[in-house]
Amino acid sequence: MQEKIVVKDLYKVFGPKPDLAMQLLRSGKDKDYIVRETGMVIGVQNANFQINAGEIFVIMGLSGSGKSTLIRLINRLIEPTAGQVLVDGQDVASMPPQQLIKLRRRDMAMVFQSFALLPHLTVLANAAFGLEVAGVPRKEREARAMKVLEQVGLSAFANRYPRELSGGMQQRAGLARALVVNPSLMLMDEAFSALDPLKRTEMQGLLLDLQREHQRTIIFVSHDLDEACRIGNRIAIMEGGRIVQIGTPDEIIRNPADEYVRAFFNGVDVNKYLSAKDIADADAVPVFSAAQDFGDGFHAAIERLRSVKRNYGFVVDSERKFVGAVSIDSMIRSLESGAKELSHALMGDLPPVRCDLNLRDLIGRIVRMPYPLPVIEAQGHYVGAVTQTILLKKMAKEEMTHA
Amino acid sequence: MREFLPIGEWAEKTVNFILENDHGVLAGLGDIVGYSTELIEQLLHLIPDWLLASTIVALGFWRLGWKFAVVAAGALTIIIGTGFWPATMVTLALIISATLISLCVGIPLGIAAALNRRINYLLRPVLDFMQTMPAFVYLIPAAMLFGLGRVPAVLATVIFAMPPVVRLTALGIRHVNKEQVEAGITFGCTPLQVLLKIQIPGALPSIMAGINQTIMMALSMVIIASMVGGGGLGNNVLASIQRLDIGLGFESGLAVVLLAIILDRLTESFGLRKEERIARRTNGQGQDS
Repeated sequence: MQEKIVVKDLYKVFGPKPDLAMQLLRSGKDKDYIVRETGMVIGVQNANFQINAGEIFVIMGLSGSGKSTLIRLINRLIEPTAGQVLVDGQDVASMPPQQLIKLRRRDMAMVFQSFALLPHLTVLANAAFGLEVAGVPRKEREARAMKVLEQVGLSAFANRYPRELSGGMQQRAGLARALVVNPSLMLMDEAFSALDPLKRTEMQGLLLDLQREHQRTIIFVSHDLDEACRIGNRIAIMEGGRIVQIGTPDEIIRNPADEYVRAFFNGVDVNKYLSAKDIADADAVPVFSAAQDFGDGFHAAIERLRSVKRNYGFVVDSERKFVGAVSIDSMIRSLESGAKELSHALMGDLPPVRCDLNLRDLIGRIVRMPYPLPVIEAQGHYVGAVTQTILLKKMAKEEMTHA
Repeated sequence: MREFLPIGEWAEKTVNFILENDHGVLAGLGDIVGYSTELIEQLLHLIPDWLLASTIVALGFWRLGWKFAVVAAGALTIIIGTGFWPATMVTLALIISATLISLCVGIPLGIAAALNRRINYLLRPVLDFMQTMPAFVYLIPAAMLFGLGRVPAVLATVIFAMPPVVRLTALGIRHVNKEQVEAGITFGCTPLQVLLKIQIPGALPSIMAGINQTIMMALSMVIIASMVGGGGLGNNVLASIQRLDIGLGFESGLAVVLLAIILDRLTESFGLRKEERIARRTNGQGQDS
């Protein structure tokens, strides 16, 4: 995948003598020492990451962790102290002002927590603001702004003023203002944090819809784990100016890098973010190969099940695609009726589950089912089985780690 | 006690030094101020009193509704009826002239102070000085430098009346929502575009409050400036004091108060947003937003 943004060794020091603070950092002093001795605050410390084109990259952290500073370093609302921010290979951190202004007009936009609409302009004029600044004639910019307002469902309010709109509608206008310049990179700083939970979910849905239509690279700052997991392709977790972990929501939930990251999930129902493949066990149920294990009828298979004290087994084909399930009973019945083909012994009522099925729905399926459930990938390849016991064990373990 | 800091002497010497070495700059400046003030005065005298008065009433009706229009009509009737209309126009001309100069200098200074911390630090004690030095004191050097008449009156008024608009302009710009300014920068504004499209519009209510304050300060100073020959209502006030004429003092003082009320409410209304004005119109009461 193509890298849209590369951040290299990025630092931000707030204070009168950033060079001194950098020297202290390089000599191995930590940020607490620097604050105590010099009063200077390390906003961002040694940030290194890449963001792929078309990705939604969420920066998470508690307040004061430096996430808002980091996002502002990327479009240089805040001057970096050291390091590089490469956007499409160009270093924003060392760019001359004229070039920076051009880049911002053409290819970057930002959405703010407080919406930051201009109170003296109508919704339409606010949406067209980026184009106005770039010198696009009124007719053209208003036509383009109108189109985007329709997209976000705000065309009826084009001639109203921001203060006449509800919070959710104001942020739609803020989103429209960013989309009108058609940027390949969008920065969203706690964009939905000021909205009530219902509106927040609605706006996340809108953002995902827009993203499906037109893939943009989005950097999204948030302190809400639900939000991060819902919209983020990858999440970076920040603490005290450092990035402590970067990964997909799954990776981070399954392997939190340290106590701080783990603490994020305290009180959060992580089962919501686990899916069938996370708990499927490949060894829970004996697996038979349709081509090899039934060569001499069912006797060998029955014998094998008896020897491991199981009643059920799954059957896969030569490419390990799931074929069906057999039980000792079903095989004996086939033998007694004289049918030798495998298809006679297969149990008909065991539909496999897809590996991305979330835990909540999985529980719903499994309580109604006395058998182990087979889990398959999108192409039908067998991944493993989920039994009631496995599920309960997994959930009990989660409880223990978060207690 | 022995005086060992002859600051007064230094001030006098400075004024004298300027007087001897200004190469006609002061005279030129004085001429510009004098002629423009006289022009405004002539224009105001040219308009018949009933026409100007009804224009003001109509303006009051448009901005603030019928209640204020009634108040304004009453006030203007009193001014005309007591025979103080011509003197009021002279005073108004001085106020307009002094206010325009204050705004032309004060608003850019306020913007500079908001954007540059060093200018702000330098400006603050100067503004304190201008505002708290007893107003009469400006009259002496003003009269020495520019002679008697309208010019020293206007310029002394400018010095006294300018600080509020500088302060409130700077305050307004500094208090514009930080994310709005960031939004401007993010969408590719140059620093000038940020100033013109975001900071000044955002600071407008505060700037209008500053203009209102400057006008009110100018009004009070213009009366005092009659001591150096500014003319207008101040002359009547001064005469009433010299002659212990209670009737004249009350009438001319009343004219000043009525002029102040009209100027204050009208200029204030231009700083309010539309719905705040409507709220006042319907409630007859101020409403904080």
